[in-house]
Amino acid sequence: MFGLFRRRKSRDALKERLKLVLSYDRAKLTPGKMEELKSELLGVIGKYFPSEAEEYDVRFEQHGDRMVLVANLPIRTDRK
Amino acid sequence: MNAKAIVVTSGKGGVGKTTTTANVGAALAKLGEKVCVVDTDVGLRNLDVVMGLEGRVVFDLIDVFEGRCKLRQAVIRDKRVETLYLLAASQTKDKSSLSEQRMQETVKRLLEDEGFDRVVIDSPAGIESGFRTAASAADGALVVVNPEVSSVRDADRIIGLLESREIAEVRLIVNRLRPAMVRRGDMLEVDDVLEILGVKLIGIVPEDEQVLISTNVGSPMSLEAGSNKTSAAQAFRNIARRIRGDEVPFLQFDERRGFIAGLRKLFGGA
Repeated sequence: MFGLFRRRKSRDALKERLKLVLSYDRAKLTPGKMEELKSELLGVIGKYFPSEAEEYDVRFEQHGDRMVLVANLPIRTDRK
Repeated sequence: MNAKAIVVTSGKGGVGKTTTTANVGAALAKLGEKVCVVDTDVGLRNLDVVMGLEGRVVFDLIDVFEGRCKLRQAVIRDKRVETLYLLAASQTKDKSSLSEQRMQETVKRLLEDEGFDRVVIDSPAGIESGFRTAASAADGALVVVNPEVSSVRDADRIIGLLESREIAEVRLIVNRLRPAMVRRGDMLEVDDVLEILGVKLIGIVPEDEQVLISTNVGSPMSLEAGSNKTSAAQAFRNIARRIRGDEVPFLQFDERRGFIAGLRKLFGGA
């Protein structure tokens, strides 16, 4: 039961880091370029909808054999 | 595996390619196959010393490529197993005669003219010309990976390159696994590595100091009669059997005991 209070397992940290770094490796994209993509996306979307940069989430996900770019872009609706 | 020419590769150095080549090659020969292990690490040859055959090298791969000797003269027979042979790499720095075409021709002649059942090719580390030469002649690959960050990353890169070469059978060997660290949660589990890399597993080899001891004396451990069921020697022998198509269960190292483990099992945990 003391296991519950132990530090986070280094295995879990490694697994997460590997998945992230390999998604960039496989897509041949650097994390810096991803930030650029994010801000360009923000610019484009911003022309159509009011939006907030902090809420943007763009990342890779592995779907079986396929790598997918997932963009989660909430938009403000101001419906009061 | 249907592959007759199998490249052993990893991207990263020091993960166990040469040890794997020597032991899997020796184990295949012990099972009755006529096997030639080929060292393609030109300039840094080591398969000869790992196998204890360094004193008998006369001609090497580059001599064959440049026509200084016949292929049959360069292939050294291992005296411990009738059907095991070594083709050594050259120790010269000059890699200019390394060519994919010459490698392909040489492997083809070993299989077709010299009557070998299997050629196991030890690739150098890296993804440059040495690796490309080694991979060019292969129709199957054993990717050796250690459960740690840089080895897994490099293995991913190598797997991508092997797939782009359309090598049909790519199999993974998780080498130097430390069961006690896995149990503590401080080392990737085999399933984690498989999930991340997405290739088929063909072997799990535990960290075993016997590996160093046997290379000290130049005697592949898979040749020695071993009783320890969870040793690296046994793991290599199992890999050889799986290559030949036998169904061999994977060694189990992660037997958890006690109450918590029981609970974990009950609730579907690993």
